[in-house]
Amino acid sequence: MTNDVQLNAPKRRRRKIASLDRRKARAGWFFVLPFLIGFAFIYLPMVWQSLQISFSQIVFGKEGAYSIVWVGIQNYKNAIQVDPEFTQILLKGLGSLAIDIPAILIFSLFMAIMLNTKMIGRAVFRSIFFIPVVLSTGIMESIAAMDVLTDYMESGEGIDDGSGKTQETLVSADDLALLFSNMKVGNELVKTITDIVNNIFDIVNRSGVQMLIFLAALQSISPAIYESCKIDGATAWETFWKITLPMISPMILVNGIYTIIDSFTTESNPVMVYVQQVYSEYQEMSTAMAWIYFVIVGLIVALIAAVMSGFVFYQRKND
Amino acid sequence: MNAQNTENKPRVKRETKNKIRVEFDRTPLKERLKAKFLSFYFLQKVAITIFQLVLMIGISYIVIFPFISKITSSIMAPQDFIDVTVRLIPKNISFDIYAAIVKELGYLQALGNTFILSFSAAVIQMLICSLIGYGFAKFKFRGRNLIFVLVMITMIIPHQTLQHSMYLEFRNFDFLGIVRLLKGGGIQIFDWNIKDLGEGVAEFFGKLDVLPKQIVIGVDEYGDDIVMQFKQTGVNIAKTYMPLILLSATGLAFKNGLYIFLLRQFFRGIPDELEESAYMDGCGTFRTFVQIILPLSVPMMVTVFLFAFCWQWTDDFYVGKIIETTASNTLLVDLVGKVPPSLKLGYAGQTLYETAIRNTCGLMIIAPLVILYAFCQNFLVQGIEHSGIAN
Repeated sequence: MTNDVQLNAPKRRRRKIASLDRRKARAGWFFVLPFLIGFAFIYLPMVWQSLQISFSQIVFGKEGAYSIVWVGIQNYKNAIQVDPEFTQILLKGLGSLAIDIPAILIFSLFMAIMLNTKMIGRAVFRSIFFIPVVLSTGIMESIAAMDVLTDYMESGEGIDDGSGKTQETLVSADDLALLFSNMKVGNELVKTITDIVNNIFDIVNRSGVQMLIFLAALQSISPAIYESCKIDGATAWETFWKITLPMISPMILVNGIYTIIDSFTTESNPVMVYVQQVYSEYQEMSTAMAWIYFVIVGLIVALIAAVMSGFVFYQRKND
Repeated sequence: MNAQNTENKPRVKRETKNKIRVEFDRTPLKERLKAKFLSFYFLQKVAITIFQLVLMIGISYIVIFPFISKITSSIMAPQDFIDVTVRLIPKNISFDIYAAIVKELGYLQALGNTFILSFSAAVIQMLICSLIGYGFAKFKFRGRNLIFVLVMITMIIPHQTLQHSMYLEFRNFDFLGIVRLLKGGGIQIFDWNIKDLGEGVAEFFGKLDVLPKQIVIGVDEYGDDIVMQFKQTGVNIAKTYMPLILLSATGLAFKNGLYIFLLRQFFRGIPDELEESAYMDGCGTFRTFVQIILPLSVPMMVTVFLFAFCWQWTDDFYVGKIIETTASNTLLVDLVGKVPPSLKLGYAGQTLYETAIRNTCGLMIIAPLVILYAFCQNFLVQGIEHSGIAN
């Protein structure tokens, strides 16, 4: 008996004590377990079902009998080749996002820098700028989309008098066009800029989270670096390009990706709206469209992440 | 040297125990003002300040104007909407819209429901996301990066893509086949006819308390009934708030990827030495997390809570598409678009008036959030500012 115990004891102990690394790895799995469970048992089945539907046709027979028939890429073909509007809306949506996303990034960076400098009423402006982050989402977005009243109040015109012109845009596009046509820069550019200016409300609304993240990034830059720059005689302009921009470049990457995902998947995105519209009639095709859209978004995110991460500067911490 | 010093020494006018008042030659006021205000640097500073203020006030106006117009239109009397001379400022003030929404649309009950849902979802999301974020931040295990990519993917795939799979999943919820097992059933496949799973479907099912074996949903071109058949294997949880709670508890709810990312970055900034010393004292990993790490991360947690709470509060996608509305679980977002019976006008101003009612509804939805925001906005900014997100 005693011999047995003595023989067994060290063995058992050896089995019990795992290395610290392994124990930590196990703890890591434990911490991400909720997500893994949800992903495997709730999310994946949904994705699988959705994919399945996009590749099949549901055929209805008598008395409610139906069968799911595998039709291969028929739905995808229909979405791209047969549906008259999808490709156009997709291209148009991608085009407008190509303008919007840089605009949002530049605007939010600019505002974050402004909010980071000492100025009168900074706290007030801060709390005003972050109002849209918490208040203008979800239902408020759809209310704003149907809000004819605000446009009416802002306009100088009367109620719809039949002339078809009921709202005036923030900055009159005509004025801007006039300004730029004198500068001879081409119609395309003028149109782009007037679009951005007219969308300023949208852009302000959508850049709240980005502003927060940039603000955090700016705060985390050590003031000592700026100080030594100043002593060496760098101007504010040089400091911005040589210090601020490289230091926050990881956050530009993060914000870029976040902005892309956010604007691609928001409910008011024209492509999403169109997919929803088709959904009420042809579920299979609509699902196929959504998957085409997702693949494109995924590719764009991957591409931009790959390109941008080449320019990102990581400050080496002494760790 | 000494002599000079005594000569220039300021004359003492009065001297008490604590204070001393001296008299010395100062440059005259005019000169001083000139030097201060007519310099290039001062002008530059003034110009920059004015530029900043104009810009900031302009953008603030853009942000605030929709809210102002909503507020003013909400206190307008119906006749103001047909009066062309009335724009932003009401002539006749009336609080009818507010009263009607509270009395006729059941605002208070919806408010209570929304609060319960948003609060519980936000608390669960905050805790679960910080668990997951901590796992990503502080532990090295095989496949960590892969799982993080999966988290990002759940964010990239729009939930609209999955909406009817999601709806069906929760209408016939059978986690791991437990319900099926208890019923003693074999493998069954849930049969459904998605022909008519359009917008009306949530409303349609809301009327049914018990799901029958089959229901007639229409007539096909041969004159035969189109029948929807159910082989119910799970439980229908789409009438409760359970779908959202479940999604929250597994870190799959709205924008949880963002929260996980924020919290991961935050936890990365906490020095490892803290945990190491806790381990040395014999503290387990989970206890370290609860007792050492969580108290340190209150500002970040409040930020995440604020996001989760507000976004859940105003969310209309999940609530509209997944949860079946019944009389007792009406939420605030369900009130939008309904016109209280006593406010039906039936003349020219109707469209504008209905818009005003919808806007007022929106205002009343976000009113509690405004109060919350007023108290928490410091946390929102500071929580993220001091979070070391950028590390």
